[in-house]
Amino acid sequence: MTTTLQRPRKAPPASPGPHDRRRRARWWLPYALLAPAVLMELLIHLVPMLTGIWMSFTQLTKFFISSWTEAPFVGLKNYRVALDVHGAVGSSLLRSFGITCAYTMLVVVISWVLGMAAAVVLQRPFRGRSGVRTLFLVPYAVPMYAGVITWNFMLQRDTGVINHLLVDDLGIGSGKPFWLIGSRAFTSIVIVAIWRLWPFAFLMLMAGLQSVPSDVYEASAMDGAHAFRQWRSITLPMLRPVNVVLVLVMSLWVFNDFNTPYVLFGTAQPAAGDLISFHIYNASFLTWNFGAGSAMSVLLLLFLLLVTGVYLTVVNRRSQRA
Amino acid sequence: MHDTRAFKAFRAVVVTVLALFTLLPLYVMATSAMKPLRDVQGPFTWWPSTVTLEPFVDMWTTVPLARYFVNSAVVATSATLASLVVAIFAAFAVSRYRFPGRAAFTTTVLSTQMFPGVLFLLPLFIIFVNLDQSAGIQLVGTRAGLVITYLTFSLPFSIWMLAGYFDGIPRELDEAARVDGCSPMGALVRVVLPAARPGVIAVAIYGFMTAWGEVLFASVMTTDVNRTLAVGLREYSTQTNVYWNEIMAASLVVSVPVVVGFLLLQRYFVAGLTAGAVK
Amino acid sequence: MRVRTAFALVAVPALLLATSACSGKSGSASGSGTAGGSDVTLTYWASNQGTSLDNDKEVLTPVLDAFTQQTGIKVKLEVIGWHDLQTRIQTAVTSGQGPDVVNIGNTWAVSLQATKAFLPLDASAMKTIGGSDKFVKTALDTGGAAGTDPTSVPLYGLAYGMYYNKAMFAAAGLQPPTTWEDMVADAKKLTDPSKGQYGMALAAGSYTENNHFAFIDAAQNGADLFDSSGKPTFTSDGVVNGIVRYLDLMQTDKVVNPSNAQYDNGTKAVADFATGKVAMILNQNNADATIKKNGMTSDKYGVVAFPAPKDAKSQVASHVAGINISVFKNTKHKDQALQFLKYMTSADVQGQLDKPFSALPVLKDAKAVFTDNAQEAATFTDIYNKRAKPLPLVPAEDQYESTVGKAMNAMFASIATGGTVSAADVKAALQTAQDQVAASVG
Repeated sequence: MTTTLQRPRKAPPASPGPHDRRRRARWWLPYALLAPAVLMELLIHLVPMLTGIWMSFTQLTKFFISSWTEAPFVGLKNYRVALDVHGAVGSSLLRSFGITCAYTMLVVVISWVLGMAAAVVLQRPFRGRSGVRTLFLVPYAVPMYAGVITWNFMLQRDTGVINHLLVDDLGIGSGKPFWLIGSRAFTSIVIVAIWRLWPFAFLMLMAGLQSVPSDVYEASAMDGAHAFRQWRSITLPMLRPVNVVLVLVMSLWVFNDFNTPYVLFGTAQPAAGDLISFHIYNASFLTWNFGAGSAMSVLLLLFLLLVTGVYLTVVNRRSQRA
Repeated sequence: MHDTRAFKAFRAVVVTVLALFTLLPLYVMATSAMKPLRDVQGPFTWWPSTVTLEPFVDMWTTVPLARYFVNSAVVATSATLASLVVAIFAAFAVSRYRFPGRAAFTTTVLSTQMFPGVLFLLPLFIIFVNLDQSAGIQLVGTRAGLVITYLTFSLPFSIWMLAGYFDGIPRELDEAARVDGCSPMGALVRVVLPAARPGVIAVAIYGFMTAWGEVLFASVMTTDVNRTLAVGLREYSTQTNVYWNEIMAASLVVSVPVVVGFLLLQRYFVAGLTAGAVK
Repeated sequence: MRVRTAFALVAVPALLLATSACSGKSGSASGSGTAGGSDVTLTYWASNQGTSLDNDKEVLTPVLDAFTQQTGIKVKLEVIGWHDLQTRIQTAVTSGQGPDVVNIGNTWAVSLQATKAFLPLDASAMKTIGGSDKFVKTALDTGGAAGTDPTSVPLYGLAYGMYYNKAMFAAAGLQPPTTWEDMVADAKKLTDPSKGQYGMALAAGSYTENNHFAFIDAAQNGADLFDSSGKPTFTSDGVVNGIVRYLDLMQTDKVVNPSNAQYDNGTKAVADFATGKVAMILNQNNADATIKKNGMTSDKYGVVAFPAPKDAKSQVASHVAGINISVFKNTKHKDQALQFLKYMTSADVQGQLDKPFSALPVLKDAKAVFTDNAQEAATFTDIYNKRAKPLPLVPAEDQYESTVGKAMNAMFASIATGGTVSAADVKAALQTAQDQVAASVG
């Protein structure tokens, strides 16, 4: 399969045969099979999301929260406030959006590069390969909060290993820098997110490489193709279907990432680490302004739908041309 | 075919750098868990001043970790199994049948991956409460509530991956089973599932890890009865102290079962991804 | 074959566990309610006061058992960490499904009152609790906006004091300061970065601590944070200068280790104090437990009121800090809940709980028992009863805390990482905070 949205088109051919009549009699079967999934999605995702969209048009503040159905309808006011880049609320949302975009790009690209490097390097056997592979997968299996909280401990200015390593052991720079406050906080959260995410890229790309038939390589090896050229002309194109999905999935996860800033910074989040999910959480829960928070979430959702739509269209068009 | 010297050098660099990057936090976690409180409050040292196992003893009393552990285990396992069943049915339908609404279903389910959790956190909570008040189904503050929430979190990826996997299993196989008198469900259970074993295991691992690590919804939906590890770990920093050594010990203890399980099953995970997601 | 074994390993325990998966029933206001009192169970959410959640439970359980013995009313206790308390209360308020009784930081009292989810304690309810006269007046004032029936009453009293290390002061030949200027001068003498020693430690990365000092320093300048109509007035000179004065402890006076910008709760500063790294801290009296835990006995330190500048307009030394207790409006056991409030605020129970939780008595004429240091007890009692002012009693108070507090986090961070924060910067940041508060008040 090539992309998520192409699968429907690749639906199985309706095979003509003796079972046709029986199949028609059982037209309800696929629906019955889907029912549990649909029900769950309705209950947990769709209905709550529609409720959230409705909330975004109300002034759901602490004055109305205990009788939230009676919160006054304010039309697009919450959206106007959120999009007014000259106001205090809108400008901080825009800043957070910018930080999140930069964060997503950096984390996805670097994770992909690391994952690709590791997958290529581990593609051919050498001594200790399976041990290395196992080690690389560990960060993906470590529960998210356990990993991130360890990083929080490591990034402490006076008691953390990072400053100890850089300043005391390696003698880089003078005076221990802060990693969890100020502008370096951005570097920190990017590194932590990469630590957690790159094994996933590695895993997917490794799986993808396994399906590249090895005779392709052998043929090109006889041509004396250089390793890098070989990677560019054979490996990369073969991995294209994986990459299309991998980049999309990782981007969505990273963009919506709430857990990493939440565990890494706690209540003392620095401006440089103000990722958008966390920003909206604070806007909703810390200030009790659920109407405004919902409006921001809806804007975020619209943005993601748009980007995903454009991405898939471009990718599909290109693959059709190819 | 042999590896060139340049490739070997490249390999050495990549493996070394990534191994250090991966290992550093694990090393800090393991050694800090064996330090007395005094050590973790002062400047970092590569090795404990005295190796102590006290954090591993104290961590059970500072926070009722055992109870949270049981909660997490129950919730994650139940959510995984439930999600697996639901996903298998749905993936089978998507892979084997063509019916009106099929595209709408796949698109909608996949697009839920885009929902920011914050958007439906509070509404979901309200719906749970209303279910309790109107139908007497208690979901807030129970493991059941967490189970059904988490099962939907892994559902989209699971359905998508399994459907891909099922697509790769020749339809002639189920046709043959059908000719032998199996119902469609019989074909699913007797033919398709066994052939899709790695895919099923991969999806189960994914579902388990999703549920085991979730923080946002757990922080709102849990009371001290059903609190999971993800939220419980935060309780080591209290009004009066931050027990870093115990946090590290607890982190280690909650990680080990998942990591070991994952590493034991990773073969199937890779195989599942290869066939399912990456065709 | 191995797959099947692995699968069985996962599936069998899971099925066993799943059968019990739904039995954990949470406590809620929907008890098995006969109003008679004999068969009633109250759910009580208590915030974390002791050294751990379990420690709180240990302290409270015998007290609650005694209540059950006296009245036949059972109490189901849940101790909630501060991380979770606000979201838990919010979801309870939103859903109407919460505990019967809850205790909360008193600075939130008016904000929570505005949600209309808590039971207003009118004159007759107050009488059931034991009469409003029994409480320290400023403490009771925190229970609700002026001119309304309060929705909470004080439970544990807390106040800020300035702790100083007696030995360090004696070695430098210093007396505990009585003015801001003296405090800074003393702190400078006690600061020696080369030895890792600083005059003071501040929880400069904690937005709750920071906003408290923004309030206290502004109050010393005679400035208010909200005008009489409840509109924020964060940008007035008194507020700006108050915050600048506090920031300057790190920025220009340099008596605070820049590291403190990362201290996101009070404990770290207290630990520095108890281990002799700093000579002074500004903390509420519940620091005692942490100080002791870090190995410093109560005869090694003294406490004076947080000093105001020489030309201060007011000698305010603390906000009226502490914990209030409230009844959820949705409770089905109103009478029993009020009985419980009466019990928890009775002289006996206060006497029992003040010591383990290092709290000041909220009752008039009660004696502080939280410490065996008599001077400390007298100082804190005096501050709490005479020199403490409640944080603004307006619904938007909680938003003041988060916006201004977080703005101060950012300013400390900027100072610590080598930047400078001028009065104009402070004013600009406060303007943003004020706009945010105004936007959400609507």
